[in-house]
Amino acid sequence: MTELLEVEELSVGFRTRRGVVQALSQASVTVGRGRLLLVVGESGSGTTVLAHALLRLLPRNVNVSGSVRLGGQELLDLSPAELRRVRGRRMALIPQSPASSLNPVRRLGGQLLEAAQARGLSEQQSRTRLRELLGELGLDLAFVSGRYVHQLSGGMQQRIVNAMALVGEPEIVIADEPTSGLDAELVDTTATQLREISARGAALLVITHDLRLAERLGGRLALLYASRIVEVGPTAAFFAAPAHPYGRELLRALPEREGKSIPGMAPELTALPGHCAFADRCPDRFDRCTESVPDLYPVPDGVLARCFAHAER
Amino acid sequence: MLSAEAITKSFRASSGRVVAVQRASLALESGARLGLVGPSGSGKSTLAQIVAMLLAPDSGSVTIDGDRVRVWGVRCSRELRHRVQLIFQAPRVAVDPRLRVGEAILEPLAASGIAPAGAAERVALLESWAARVGLTRDLLERFPHEVSEGQLQRACLARALALRPRYLVCDELSSMLDVSTQAALLETIAAIQDERELGVLLITHDRVLADTWCDEVADIRELSARDQGEEAVAMRPRDRAARRLRERTPSSDAAPEPF
Repeated sequence: MTELLEVEELSVGFRTRRGVVQALSQASVTVGRGRLLLVVGESGSGTTVLAHALLRLLPRNVNVSGSVRLGGQELLDLSPAELRRVRGRRMALIPQSPASSLNPVRRLGGQLLEAAQARGLSEQQSRTRLRELLGELGLDLAFVSGRYVHQLSGGMQQRIVNAMALVGEPEIVIADEPTSGLDAELVDTTATQLREISARGAALLVITHDLRLAERLGGRLALLYASRIVEVGPTAAFFAAPAHPYGRELLRALPEREGKSIPGMAPELTALPGHCAFADRCPDRFDRCTESVPDLYPVPDGVLARCFAHAER
Repeated sequence: MLSAEAITKSFRASSGRVVAVQRASLALESGARLGLVGPSGSGKSTLAQIVAMLLAPDSGSVTIDGDRVRVWGVRCSRELRHRVQLIFQAPRVAVDPRLRVGEAILEPLAASGIAPAGAAERVALLESWAARVGLTRDLLERFPHEVSEGQLQRACLARALALRPRYLVCDELSSMLDVSTQAALLETIAAIQDERELGVLLITHDRVLADTWCDEVADIRELSARDQGEEAVAMRPRDRAARRLRERTPSSDAAPEPF
């Protein structure tokens, strides 16, 4: 069966003066319609690069290889004009930090209309559609139209960018750190909104480092470490018993569990080791771990883990 | 003890005056951990900046180990300001992008004229702090944009601790970081607390974190007097801090203190 979004062996490297920064290495994930995929990892592990690579929002100094197919269509080969017809209409991004993604010196009404019209709606259709969408999110179009972004609360700003993402009725919505810096109440609101997006039938890909949000959202989870997916499977299985030592140690670091940090730091992306990237910090390391990079090995419950401990099953 | 009594602070806004903090009182014993929670916009950061002497309150008083703060901001004496250090939520905007990470850590010491005179001593001091917060030596030579958010926050913690404050105010120090980095930062702070009296005010949205890490947790809405004339009950986190002090056993393998 073909899934809506199929990412295969996607690699992204940035050419910098310190050498090539390998931000993403051979990532393969799929997301179906109405399904949720969480991409979890610390800052610098490649999560945001994955989201931006799907939308081809990458700078020029970049090497991309692999394949990204949306409904069977290869996105990495599209011309800029073709790409514009995909972005926003078929695939939408809810950006990190709504406040800095909206124009501070323009009223929100114009920005909302512009977003809707860029998706091919007429002005009249745009107003109707935006009124409905904002209404569902508990906002009044007339109220927000005359205001500037700084005049709205963080939760309202989040709903504005959510509406902008949804106005083109995209097949897939990508949310980049949707709860970063929000308080508990706004995290609740955002989680509810994300579930609603999914309930509308759109596929949803959520990038987050917030493990509690991930646990609440459910779906499937891909854990990234030092540019590679190290574990992928049902979110519930991950929280019950992570298959990869990094996942296990990460959960132990939660204050409600043990609050214990993982010694050391992730390797530099300019100098990724030719073996398991977590080996240096792994309490279960054995000889093989420092010899080569493990594949993703199947574990029970439909989980794949990039760990030699699961190689012999 | 760091204490704030009946602090009120308001700001001018287009819609009139907005009261950010209303008659809030808190008391942080040296060596204790006080959590301060509350929703966005409830005045936590404003209160943090007032107790760190960066911002003058409209009314109320701040007393640090018996010394009442009378002037605020740069007019306040360096000695007094060094006693309370603040760590912010977003390390990217809290460091000068033109300074290397190592320079950023030593900059407050240099600006105060209390950095070691010799280059070798400065490097030794820097490296000892880098080790304590878990930064490798090569990172000290990088510019802020060349390190990760977590690495930069570790540098901000080193920068604050290098001044040897008596109180540390952490304003959402980990809300943008992964849980392991958060745990590492808190472990560093706890290790300093094992060596000397350091009072920590931990401001966070994360109630679970506050409840598990702090001796006492206060909601800023409870710290503020709701009715005119009614003083809020100040928090005095004693028990768990005292227990931690009792459990503190001097050990010979403890890292030597810089300076």
